[in-house]
Amino acid sequence: MNSRERILGRVRRALADVPPDERPYAEAVARDYLREHGKRTVEETVDLLAENLADYRAVVHRTGARDLPDLIAGLLAARGSREVLVPPGLPPQWLAATNLERIEDRPGDTPQRLDRVGSVVTGCAVAIAETGTLVLDGSPGQGRRRISLIPDHHICVVRVPAQVVASVPQALERLAPTHPLTWISGPSATSDIELDRVEGVHGPRTLEVILLDD
Amino acid sequence: MSSTFVGMPAFPEAARAAVDDPTLRGNLRHATHTIRAKRAAAVAELADWGGLREAGRRIKDHTLRHLDRYLERLEASVTAAGGTVHWAADADEANRIVAELVKETGESEVVKVKSMATQEIGLNEALEAEGIRAYETDLAELIVQLGKDRPSHILVPAIHRNRGEIRDIFTHEMAAWGRPAPGDLTDTPADLAEAARLHLREKFLRARVGVSGANFMVAETGTLVVVESEGNGRMCLTLPETLISVVGIEKIVPTWRDLEVFLQTLPRSSTAERMNPYTSMWTGTTDEDGPRAFHLVLLDNGRTDALADQVGRQALRCIRCSACLNVCPVYERAGGHAYGSVYPGPIGAILTPQLRGTASEIDASLPYASSLCGACYEVCPVAIDIPEVLVHLRERVVEGGPAVRRGNKVVLRPARGHAAERAAMRAAAWAFGHPGALRTGQRLASRSRRLHPRTLPGPGRAWSGTRDLPTLPPEPFRDWWQRTRGGKDAK
Ligand code: SF4
Repeated sequence: MNSRERILGRVRRALADVPPDERPYAEAVARDYLREHGKRTVEETVDLLAENLADYRAVVHRTGARDLPDLIAGLLAARGSREVLVPPGLPPQWLAATNLERIEDRPGDTPQRLDRVGSVVTGCAVAIAETGTLVLDGSPGQGRRRISLIPDHHICVVRVPAQVVASVPQALERLAPTHPLTWISGPSATSDIELDRVEGVHGPRTLEVILLDD
Repeated sequence: MSSTFVGMPAFPEAARAAVDDPTLRGNLRHATHTIRAKRAAAVAELADWGGLREAGRRIKDHTLRHLDRYLERLEASVTAAGGTVHWAADADEANRIVAELVKETGESEVVKVKSMATQEIGLNEALEAEGIRAYETDLAELIVQLGKDRPSHILVPAIHRNRGEIRDIFTHEMAAWGRPAPGDLTDTPADLAEAARLHLREKFLRARVGVSGANFMVAETGTLVVVESEGNGRMCLTLPETLISVVGIEKIVPTWRDLEVFLQTLPRSSTAERMNPYTSMWTGTTDEDGPRAFHLVLLDNGRTDALADQVGRQALRCIRCSACLNVCPVYERAGGHAYGSVYPGPIGAILTPQLRGTASEIDASLPYASSLCGACYEVCPVAIDIPEVLVHLRERVVEGGPAVRRGNKVVLRPARGHAAERAAMRAAAWAFGHPGALRTGQRLASRSRRLHPRTLPGPGRAWSGTRDLPTLPPEPFRDWWQRTRGGKDAK
């Protein structure tokens, strides 16, 4: 007998007390928790997102489409990076005002190559106000998972209010499990040394979020 | 279970050593109290906490009660998404499978995300024996690994180490494992984290095999979920070409939607955050993004034995948030190592004896490592009635009875030579020496009443195990007993 059958057999014997006609999943789990916490206008939801992002030590900026290229250029210049990593589908006008060299992420590039790039700019799929979370799903505007991980400085652009939801349940509804998903809440952090919070152990140490008014 | 704990003394003795260690007690007290207060605030933000907790309980219960179906479903979805599923009945088999998979890649080192399951099976040691070096990449696990030490807390495994000790460990040990610590390393947390970053980054960037556990597996979609803070998880899950995840069979949820419950309850219960910094979700493999090969090793290792116990099976609902450790008065004083297993605290006291059986003295004593105050049940985000299971296991230790071991029905005899009873009394005597722990022990009186008359010793015997405890109650034992317990236990 192989282990698969052995384990499944053990499971079935262990569950001999479970009646075969037990309530199906849909009835067994009451969903009487909330779809979102509190009543907010769209504007208030965006404000809450900004507040919770900042509370987790992300740097939050807000701008319109016209000023976005200058803002991004200014943030990159202030950082002092020489190159900027970009996913293939990033709207070109976002980087129109910077003359930093753009590094396209190609599958053949080694992680060591990407490690030399100081900054990355991406979009996102969904942002969750109640938790201050950005979700990236690997679409062309966000790129492979590694690009938002290796550089020490991540600028993430969120279209508001289109990409903003209030809660975790609302975010999951919008996301496709077939995509690889990365949920980001603030910069990388650890509290492993005497519970002192330190930003950035392995992920980007600086997370800047631009809320872009559509 | 992990060989690192073989040779541990039974809980009461180990606890006594821990109680005598002022650094450990101070660190644990600080940690548990800090996290406890923050957690309460994070939970209070959600008006529907009770509803989420109940939904979590029901999702997990339903899944466990139909586990065979969901395991088959998961296997089909993971396979359809490009992954390969392996089944491991016990630790040895799981270790063999992983070692084989690593060898097939031609590599002799792997990077690891912190994982309770791989600690439970002693994977690092097993790989070492096969000439494969496993690098722990979570900062706390790195401290534990470099310090040739054992974790003491589920969430903050190196909480028993102070910054000065960590600096010394880095300074002395990093060079043997890779990039050495900077020569002028200070003991500030930021500098220590930076040293770890540089040391580990070199490994991440060249790693070709990653090993992880998972917090959740979604049967419907085949999605695996890893929740973390530092980004080392993301590094291990996405940079290597091959990813091997070793996951206990109880970690399944039926549907994608179920994640909405646990992604709200886990971070708040665990680190007291609205959301942990990083969560990764992957479904099989994705072209040109992340590992090209994904292997899922489904681990039994005693879980089906626990499942067969109608009272004890609820322990398998556990989502390893560690909230129960932080509220436990016994854990706070006795510390993480005293439990002699990778699962410390209240959940360890019920999970470990179910996974390993109660044949050894330490496992037989674990159900007594509690004051039954019920605080663990109150905080548990999946409402595991830990005191109920503790009392159930105590009865089994003392009286014996039917159980399932390695898939076979057995009838356990009462613990041999009353070792467990002795251990029990020593544990009880220890608790009595700590009135603070005992004061909260209201449920002890009502829930274990049946056990008391049989184990009630003369006062001399009860105290004989506690000679080295520093403080005695300010009144005679008989009076104290009478006043605090005597009335309640009188039939
Ligand atoms: S038993 Fe409950 S409180 Fe304890 S770690 Fe598990 S889920 Fe958390």
